[in-house]
This record gives sequence, structure tokens and C-alpha cells, in this order.
Amino acid sequence: MNSIDALKELLYKIADDQLIIGHRNSEWNGLGPILEEDIAFSSMAQDKMGQSEHIYNLLHQLGEKDADTVAFTRNAPQFHNSLLVEQPIGGYDFSLMRHFLFDFADFLRFEDLKNSSYQPLALVAKKFHGEIKYHTMHANTWVHQLGHGTEESNLKMQTALNFVWNMALGIFEPGPAEDILIDENIAMGEKALQEKWLEVVVPLLEKSNLKVPEQSSWNPVYGGRYGTHSEHLQPLLTEMTEVFVIDPTADW
Amino acid sequence: MAAENNKTIESLDPRITRANITPDNSAEMNDLIHFQTFEVFHQKKRGSQHQHVGIVHAPNADMALLYAKEQYARREVTANLWVAPSSCISATEYHDDDIFQTAPEKLYRNPASYKVMDRIKAFKERGMKPTDEV
Repeated sequence: MNSIDALKELLYKIADDQLIIGHRNSEWNGLGPILEEDIAFSSMAQDKMGQSEHIYNLLHQLGEKDADTVAFTRNAPQFHNSLLVEQPIGGYDFSLMRHFLFDFADFLRFEDLKNSSYQPLALVAKKFHGEIKYHTMHANTWVHQLGHGTEESNLKMQTALNFVWNMALGIFEPGPAEDILIDENIAMGEKALQEKWLEVVVPLLEKSNLKVPEQSSWNPVYGGRYGTHSEHLQPLLTEMTEVFVIDPTADW
Repeated sequence: MAAENNKTIESLDPRITRANITPDNSAEMNDLIHFQTFEVFHQKKRGSQHQHVGIVHAPNADMALLYAKEQYARREVTANLWVAPSSCISATEYHDDDIFQTAPEKLYRNPASYKVMDRIKAFKERGMKPTDEV
């Protein structure tokens, strides 16, 4: 694999994660627990989709098809997102915990990419900084609030954390060309990213009165980065592309 | 009747159908979901005054700030936000609004009588510094 292919692989997995979690979180639109939260959560979902478009545009500059074609015409095995982001929204406890674990990984990934040797990516990473920082503040404030809320709210968040933890570790599934990305200073690599993420999320979860599962039970859910997905992705894609496929050439 | 109430709502919107909403579970509302309100104050740039822009509902100040950002700073240039519990605001009574009716013909209290704008205009036109003599 040459460095351009390695870069493309990195960009696809970042953009696909953002598109799919953006779509998933947008499913709360109109159903959020209170009006203010509904607006905030929907707005962040829009941010994620906007960010994915920026990354798909970088791929287009590298010779891939345009953003809409890439986003709306691929099938599940062609997507590189982690299994975490494609899971159904479940209850708000699950969606918040996923939001917390995913967005801190996203934030730390882009903090690193600000220094990427691939300049267009470094520029985009700087542009995303404020949005993703707010996403982490939103997630952490909620998790802290519910972790310290009532016995029931704490139990719900703990149950969500236990359920989602191994899928969250799956974010950091090593790609096929980690060494190239690291050697050429394009990105720090998934292993280093996971370590940074653990340094940040574990103390925050403890401060929120939640327990990270015992390390002996950690068993990352891999496969997504290589196109092996759960049964949940294809129905999501079918719903997301429903309007687009009626007339792919339509102007909006 | 009971069986009918347990039926979940089916909607053309697939998200509503998936949410498994029973028609009667809106009755489960209680005090916990009635958050207090916070007044939101928005500052456009450092040094300028915070302006009152509206309210948000939230369980505490931290959450209120999160919501204030999305409700009132999403599309605005923003330097800073304040939130304060609405219960902390003291207000005049509307039935006392006659206190705002001041006697007419008090031009001397009107800033339009001051000549400072002429000086500022003169400075600008001549490209002068504030320390220069006119």
C-alpha cells in the first residue's frame, strides 16, 4: 500500500464514522427528552454530517468520486465506519454514552491531525476544533449529570457503558497501513490514539461515578474498518439514501 | 380498552414507530422533567455589554450554558454567554410603569445637546489623533 492509499483509507474511516453517527444521532430529531436538548443534539448531528462532507471533499481531491456519490451510492461492505456508530440509537442512555465515547475519540483524533503532514487535512482539523470541543463538553456534562443524578440514572449510564465499551474500543481497530501513516507523520496511528483516549475518558468516567469495565474483559469489536458490519448498517443506508436514489442527478 | 392503550404508535415517520410510544405514557410526567428556567445573556465581542436574548430550561447552570450555546450562539458571532436563574431576577411592577413617564421638555438631559459628535467627526475627517488640538 502506498502513502496515498494509506491516506485515503484513513480519510474514509474518519468520514464514514462521522456520516453514520451523524445520521444515527439525527434520528433523535423531534424525539429528544426536552426541546433544548433536541435542538442541541440535532445541531451536533448536523455538525458531524458537515464534517464528513469536508473529508469526502478531500477524498475527491485525491481522485475519489464526489461527496454525494461516495456518501449515497455505496453499500455496507464498502463503508469503513466502526461498528459503534452504526448501532441503533436505543435509549437516550445508550446514545449519550456512545456520544461521549465517540466524541472524545474524534476530538483527540483531530487534535493530532492538526499537525498532520498532509496540509489539507491539518487545515480541516483546525476548522473542526471548536465544534468537536463543544460536542465533548455536551457529552461530558450530561454523563456527569446522570452519573451523579439518582440511583436509577447512574445504573442506566453504567449499564450503557458496560454494553458499549468493547464497541468503543473497536474505534481503534488498526488499519492496513498504520506504519506508513505514522512514518510519514500523517497521523499518530490507532494504538497511540487509543492510549490518549483512555487517559482522558477513564478519569472523566470515574469523576462521573461510573466504573470502566475490568481490563481483563476488554474485547474490542473489530471488522468495521475492513467492511465487515453488523446487520444494522444496511437498513440505515437504505433509509438514508431513500430520497437520493429516486433521482441521483436532481439539483437541490 | 387496556389492550388498545398498550399499542404503540405507528407513524409514517419510521423514527416515531421505532420509539415504541404508547398513547398513554405521556401521563407519566412528573416534577423531575419540569426544569427551572435560566435567563440567557449574549456578548458579541469582548468588552461589549451582554444583551438579554431569551431563556432556556435546564436542571442546572452547566446544562443551561450548553443549551444557551446551541439556542442563542449557533448562528451568531459570540464571545461569551451568561446564564442566571430566572428566579434571581427582580423586576418592577407593570402597574408602576407610570414611574417611567417623565416630565417633557428636558432637552438638557438629552445627549443630543452635547457637541462631542462634531469633534469626533472632525477628528475622523482630518485623520487626527484624539490628543491633537482641533
